[in-house]
Amino acid sequence: MASSSAADPASRESSTSQNSDSDVDVDTLPSMPWFGMDIGGTLTKLVYFEPWDVEGVEGNEEEETLRTIRKYLTGNVAYGKTGIRDVHLEMPKQVLGGRKGSLHFIRFPTSEMAAFIELARAKHFSSLASAICATGGGAFKFESEFQDQVSLRLHKYDELDCLIRGIHFIDGHNHSSECYYLTKQRSPSQSHLHNGHADSNQSRASSDLPKDHSVESGSHSVDDGSHLGSSGEQAEDSRTFSDQPAVNGIDADSDGWDDENDRWHGDHGFDGEWDKVPFDFRNPYPYLVVNVGSGVSILAVYSPTKYKRVSGTSLGGGTFLGLCCLLTGCETFEEAVELASRGDNHKVDRLVQDIYGGDYSRFNLKGDLVASSFGHMMCEQRRKEATKEDLARATLVTITNNIGSIARMCAVTEKIERVVFVGNFLRVNTLSMKLLAYAMDYWSKGALKALFLEHEGYFGATGCLMEYLKLGHPT
Amino acid sequence: MAHKSYAKSIDLPPEQFFRNLKNAKRFAIDIGGSLAKVSYSSDWQRRAPVVYDEPDSEGPIYNVSEKEETMVRLHFVKFETKYIESCLDFILANLIDSKEFIRDKIIKVTGGGAYKYKDLITRKLGVQVDKEDEIECLICGCNFLLKNIPDEAFVYQRHGNPDYSFQGVDQDVFPYLLVNIGSGVSLVKVESDNKFERIGGTSTGGGTFWGLGCLLTQAKSFDELLELAEAGDHRSVDMLVKDIYGGDYSNLGLQADVIASSFGKATRLDGESFRKEDIVRSLLFCISNDIGQIAYLQARLHKLTKIYFGGYFIRGHPLTMHTIAFAINYWSKGEIQALFLRHEGYLGAVGAFLKGAEEEDAEKYSWGENMAGSSGLASPKSSFTEINHQDPGFFAHGFDMLEIDRLDRPVMACPLLLDPSSYVPDTVDLMHDKDAREYWLKCFADSVDKTVALAIKSQSEEEDVEERAKKFKDKYLAKILTLSTNPCAYGSLTVRSLLDTSSQCLAEFNFPDPYSQQKQQENETALKQLPAHLTLLDSQSGKDLHLSIAKGLLAGNVFDWGAQEVRKLLEAGNFSFMDAQEKLQDRPWLIDDFDSWYKRMEQEPRYQCAAIFCDNSGADIILGVIPFARHLLSMGTQVILCANSRPTLNDVTYSELVFLVKRVADLCPQIKAAQDQGRLVVRESGQGSPCLDLRFIDEALRTEMLERGADLIILEGMGRAVHTNLHAAFACDALKVAVLKNRWLANRLGGDMFSVMFKFERSRHVISPEVT
Repeated sequence: MASSSAADPASRESSTSQNSDSDVDVDTLPSMPWFGMDIGGTLTKLVYFEPWDVEGVEGNEEEETLRTIRKYLTGNVAYGKTGIRDVHLEMPKQVLGGRKGSLHFIRFPTSEMAAFIELARAKHFSSLASAICATGGGAFKFESEFQDQVSLRLHKYDELDCLIRGIHFIDGHNHSSECYYLTKQRSPSQSHLHNGHADSNQSRASSDLPKDHSVESGSHSVDDGSHLGSSGEQAEDSRTFSDQPAVNGIDADSDGWDDENDRWHGDHGFDGEWDKVPFDFRNPYPYLVVNVGSGVSILAVYSPTKYKRVSGTSLGGGTFLGLCCLLTGCETFEEAVELASRGDNHKVDRLVQDIYGGDYSRFNLKGDLVASSFGHMMCEQRRKEATKEDLARATLVTITNNIGSIARMCAVTEKIERVVFVGNFLRVNTLSMKLLAYAMDYWSKGALKALFLEHEGYFGATGCLMEYLKLGHPT
Repeated sequence: MAHKSYAKSIDLPPEQFFRNLKNAKRFAIDIGGSLAKVSYSSDWQRRAPVVYDEPDSEGPIYNVSEKEETMVRLHFVKFETKYIESCLDFILANLIDSKEFIRDKIIKVTGGGAYKYKDLITRKLGVQVDKEDEIECLICGCNFLLKNIPDEAFVYQRHGNPDYSFQGVDQDVFPYLLVNIGSGVSLVKVESDNKFERIGGTSTGGGTFWGLGCLLTQAKSFDELLELAEAGDHRSVDMLVKDIYGGDYSNLGLQADVIASSFGKATRLDGESFRKEDIVRSLLFCISNDIGQIAYLQARLHKLTKIYFGGYFIRGHPLTMHTIAFAINYWSKGEIQALFLRHEGYLGAVGAFLKGAEEEDAEKYSWGENMAGSSGLASPKSSFTEINHQDPGFFAHGFDMLEIDRLDRPVMACPLLLDPSSYVPDTVDLMHDKDAREYWLKCFADSVDKTVALAIKSQSEEEDVEERAKKFKDKYLAKILTLSTNPCAYGSLTVRSLLDTSSQCLAEFNFPDPYSQQKQQENETALKQLPAHLTLLDSQSGKDLHLSIAKGLLAGNVFDWGAQEVRKLLEAGNFSFMDAQEKLQDRPWLIDDFDSWYKRMEQEPRYQCAAIFCDNSGADIILGVIPFARHLLSMGTQVILCANSRPTLNDVTYSELVFLVKRVADLCPQIKAAQDQGRLVVRESGQGSPCLDLRFIDEALRTEMLERGADLIILEGMGRAVHTNLHAAFACDALKVAVLKNRWLANRLGGDMFSVMFKFERSRHVISPEVT
């Protein structure tokens, strides 16, 4: 039967516990290795905690295996053909359940699950643990495979509980640089300094942010950022995308900000440089989470433990990639995003001005707004003229704007001003982030703010690990 | 309608579509990307009977002649935009004689193509093009249709019985949300005729389906895409909840078959290719769901409970309506139903026309759909190509028509109804009841030759009578054929709608009153019998008198030319009022509330005022209704005799009844006194049907009922008390009286031929005890 994901207005008390790290009884922690796995429709996300305190212990079988895993996971950045470790997201110097170590973030296509299970067998995961924690739909779908093939029992956790807990954990441990918003630079003469990922600078930047810089006042607008940016201090704090370095070598296209071809073709709303401004997320409630994976879930979060799923849509990252594959023959998300970055959706979409010859002033619609996505493609000649890049661009713009529009209506209905976009659809996809930032601001006349989180798609997996370890709530 | 050629010419005679163009007065055009609609008003001459008497003559009760009446009709013709040029040529050619009517004048043009075709229109017709805002026209047209056309709105439920649930007449049109799905989507909140606001929209609309669909499948047209979608299975392309979870995601109540990610499986590139049909179906679901969701979110945000969907994306296509209805139902958890419009394709054209005709003040009048000249909904059951063969006159080349007549007098809902908004006139829904549908469709088809013979006889001296009668027959049989294929084509299918369609088709070919002579003759005969009958009644008293009067009403009701089995008796001749009384079922009747009626009459205070809706001419009105009314008058109750405004079958008309009562008054002092004192009045009902739709009675009658404080309604005859209003609830006492003269129907109701229904219902109006 046709439909998109359901709304569930019933408020849900998350089952997450209130334990903070210090309360943890180390003895009750499960044995290592500590993995959190989020098996989505398209991608499987894996979080691995690498303990630093196993060095030098010889002869212990457990330690041997841990070293094997660590050597394999942390010694590589790519696994098989499709597994990738997002090095730039790595969180070092973490203390989890009394253990010091790093959190690593790895992803691979869910279609490769069989290969992953084979890997687990080869690396003797199950000789150490009899259970592994998992969330996402795949935790249910692949449960019997794990049991039958590697004798691993899956500890299953609800994916939305995990998502919320993951966001709170990561933000709590990385609050200085996790959350940010985008703001358009007002003038090209503005200088763009950047601080890279230097933790000390970022902490300072964040804590030094003036109070009215957060959206709590409700009177902010995109202009706030630019305005603040004009002061010397803010200019230093805001990292410009155009010169942010690629932190890792794997995702060559993980940061598309410096793409010379990323032009905006008359979308003057997006023209020019955008700044990435840290956002203080320490008291974010209430806020909306828009999790864009294969499909989209929208949650309203009222407290660390109280949230509800307010809506969702089946038009998500899977739709973007699926359509791009069909339309352009591309094979990967990165390829699709890259094509989109070079395309011009105005060759594909019909704008208000294409229909009305200019603005539709009776209803205050500007001429350069998209009136009909893919509307030009009704014409055979135009179909012949559209390039793969144009089609990918139009697909991306269509899906992104649709998500933005639904998110905006949910935010207004729930009377929430902060909208946090997460999920792997946003990975390497600065174009969508800019579109969302612009659309939320434009259509709400500045009342709503689009927020983004660095660890985009890994909150479910992280939250899952925290659930498993029964820790990780920010106090 | 999958045209392979892009020919700009029309092979068929466009006269079929642009009817009465020679008398056209004012034009408007709505040009969409794929479909264009031309609208115009025309004056047309209609023959109407004129009833008059010759004073001081000893001749008949009244004489009848005919006059020509000028009526106003609105025409709306829809065709593919590619034919616009040849249609303009045709219009021009036919306006040669009356060219001055539009030359130097203004044509209202709306729609996305208004810009593109502005010059063409100016060049072809030599008129000034005045662009009207598309959304304003849509709203204006939507308001007009919702207010004037019964069953304009419907709920669609695939595999329902029936699939279409028509919404009757909305007594309270505002506020509502209109979702117009053209190439993009606009959401407009409408609060009154003049107050509306575009509250949102989305760019994923019909153009997205069309453009993306063609890219993905190499299909050439919108209709081809819809055909592909019908044959597809989205589950091979979409990622469902079960593809991710292996089953339901029960924590969130998401069932396994819910789509989690549209096109989510199209990313799996293991060499397999996807079927075109599956891709298009997935696309249709994706876009329909999305629009449904956005519409629901906006409706909730603005606290609107009525959502109408229009625009070419829907175009009455069942799969599309199904998906949108499903999405609204899903998101609202069944609280809101998606509403669709029978004439959704015409909203802009209607609005553009009305905007150019403001001085005519459409608000002032009541309007009605002319079913004889309207195409009706395309059949959902047949494929696109089949439609072409069914009724080639209409569907070939995708031409479609709507005609709306201006009524002479305004009509309004009857004030005696308990709840006008929930009132449904019809007793049996023939869309739902297959047996009844088949019986009645056959019954009406079988009786067409009798009607034709009578029509010819009524105008035997006229040269073209045979030809017109033949045209009537073809038209009516074509309508019946259309209705047997698609019972939902003209809104609810009922015995009433079949009878009305017959009347409209007769009028269309200038047979306004085939029963005129018959009625006249029967009235004469009955009038002669009246004095003796009244004398007989006056000799009785008490319960006997009441019973005789009731039986007289029933016996009179046997004289019904609309009932085939009675027709045979009447045609044989010498069927008297006494014979009719003999035919009646013995008491207890099939429905027999006589005792409680009698008790009410004897034991409670008299009624203030009774409104009697009369049925047949002759014995029925004169020997049945008049004595009944006389009896009520004698008890001090005022009487409003309500008769049809326009002729149908042998039903007595208002203008006839005026003279009949005058003659009766000459014979009966009591009637004369009552009339002189204004305690007895004759009023026109506003109707021209053997049935009675109390949503549309003459405004003057309504006022009369209110002013006189009518507290009793009497409905007489099968059409008014059985086919309609059998279950109608009134705010006053109601007497529903009929003789069942159709064996099939009588059997169905558990009786036999000439079974009697004497149904007395006390007021359903509950007065709150707190009110003092």
